[in-house]
Amino acid sequence: MKLFIFRLFLLITVLSSGSLIAAANGFFGKGSGKSQDTTTFVPPYAEDNQRCFKCHGQAMYEYTNEKLGRKIKAMMFSERIIDKDEFYKSNHRNFSCTDCHSTEYANWPHSGELRMEQKLICLDCHGGDEKFAQYHFEEIEADYKQSVHFKMEEDGFTCWKCHNPHSYKISERNLKNVKETVAYDNAICLNCHANFDRFKLLTDRLEIDIIKKHEWLPNQAAHFANVRCIECHTKINNNVPVSHQIMPKDQAVRRCNECHSQNSILMASLYKFEAKQDRRDGFLNGVILKESYVIGANRNKYLNILSLIIFAGVIGVVGFHTLLRLRKK
Amino acid sequence: MYLYPRWIRAWHMINALMFLILIATGLSMQYTDKNSTFYMVGFAMSVRWHNFAAIVLTINYIAFVTGNLISKNGGHYKIKKENFVQDLISQAKFYGFGMFKGEKHPFPVTEKSKFNPLQKITYVFAMYVAFPFLIISGIGLFFPEITIDRFFGVSRLILTDVLHITMGFFLSIFMIIHIYTCTLGRTPFSLFKGMITGYHEHDEEHVD
Repeated sequence: MKLFIFRLFLLITVLSSGSLIAAANGFFGKGSGKSQDTTTFVPPYAEDNQRCFKCHGQAMYEYTNEKLGRKIKAMMFSERIIDKDEFYKSNHRNFSCTDCHSTEYANWPHSGELRMEQKLICLDCHGGDEKFAQYHFEEIEADYKQSVHFKMEEDGFTCWKCHNPHSYKISERNLKNVKETVAYDNAICLNCHANFDRFKLLTDRLEIDIIKKHEWLPNQAAHFANVRCIECHTKINNNVPVSHQIMPKDQAVRRCNECHSQNSILMASLYKFEAKQDRRDGFLNGVILKESYVIGANRNKYLNILSLIIFAGVIGVVGFHTLLRLRKK
Repeated sequence: MYLYPRWIRAWHMINALMFLILIATGLSMQYTDKNSTFYMVGFAMSVRWHNFAAIVLTINYIAFVTGNLISKNGGHYKIKKENFVQDLISQAKFYGFGMFKGEKHPFPVTEKSKFNPLQKITYVFAMYVAFPFLIISGIGLFFPEITIDRFFGVSRLILTDVLHITMGFFLSIFMIIHIYTCTLGRTPFSLFKGMITGYHEHDEEHVD
């Protein structure tokens, strides 16, 4: 018998899916290799733009100072460095630099006054254009105007604080890249909220310790890796791909059951893109389950019914047995 | 007859208490909704208590297995191969009919054999099959990062979760039946008393 129990133990240990360690990840998992741009994309303004990238595409630049009559090497101000590769992978890769920046930048040295030029915002190009109707930019702007970020517009808050026009890629949201989407989108928030130097540009508030502020959240690391900040910090808007209405901190979602329930709000946010799909295999919130696992959102109606039948059966048998015992007395 | 030594009673008491906490908190986590009236403990508190009770239960389980290996108590869980099916049937017949006709218990409790054949098979399944599955899948959910991403195309943690919930459910059903059969002693409370005092009240009518 002991041998039998020992063998049973071994079998259980091997079979149980929960015990298989991460080493198996690479074997069974799909892997999270970064998607590569395999197109043979030729930038239409590569030649024009190269004149800018010559200095702005790297940390160090070189020019001839005619007054001194010699070559000067200098460091480029980090905020003015544009990653060329990222730019040519971005949504704006078909643009010439001077489509958005003054054509006078073609002259060097640049005039100091150019720094004062009014910068474009998303709606300047994307507003009122049929081509972009599917992204609902006007609705996004309306969302933003009710957001806490809008209150800082006078202090310099713009779309660019979150969306870098030189590298912005619309996240191709599907179930294969949920984790990448989460990491990408959270990096946008953390760029200011975890970088006090940038944070100070817009507010006089003291530094926020995000880890400490979220100490109340059970399994914090798992939450941070699997859901986005905006899941709890924005007001859901079903008309736009991603809600832009960041709520004041006291209105952030704190109730676990908003996500951990049969009508999980994740279906209207992180998993919105797939949520139209039918519920699978009797699982409520089945879409979430394809790639993730959320306690309380993972109910299966067939298992629920079966368990209720078994439960009722047992209670019935116990009740009947009790009745017989009482009768005997 | 002194049947339940102190360590078994302590293990049993801790096991029962932790299991009740785990059922209440587990149900709360799985079935509480945003506007639900089914609100037993609340999610955040459920998570904390479920984790706490699970750790205690696991340590307690290790103590139980160790105790059974080093003491004679493990012997009570040995299932006899000969007359295996017949014994089960005669015990089931006794529960179903015999006890109402005043028949004698087919397998009276002795110091050498404190479980009847039906008890043995249920206890072995509960303690040596369902419990290990429950604990291992629980560990998989406690440390989600150690569970695999995908297993033959099925999304990660789903198998672990369904396994955990199914085992939890069957053990809860076991608990209901276990508590009920414990009212089948000389008096409805005598077997419960035995689990506190350690002494089994022997009686002709005894069935469990």
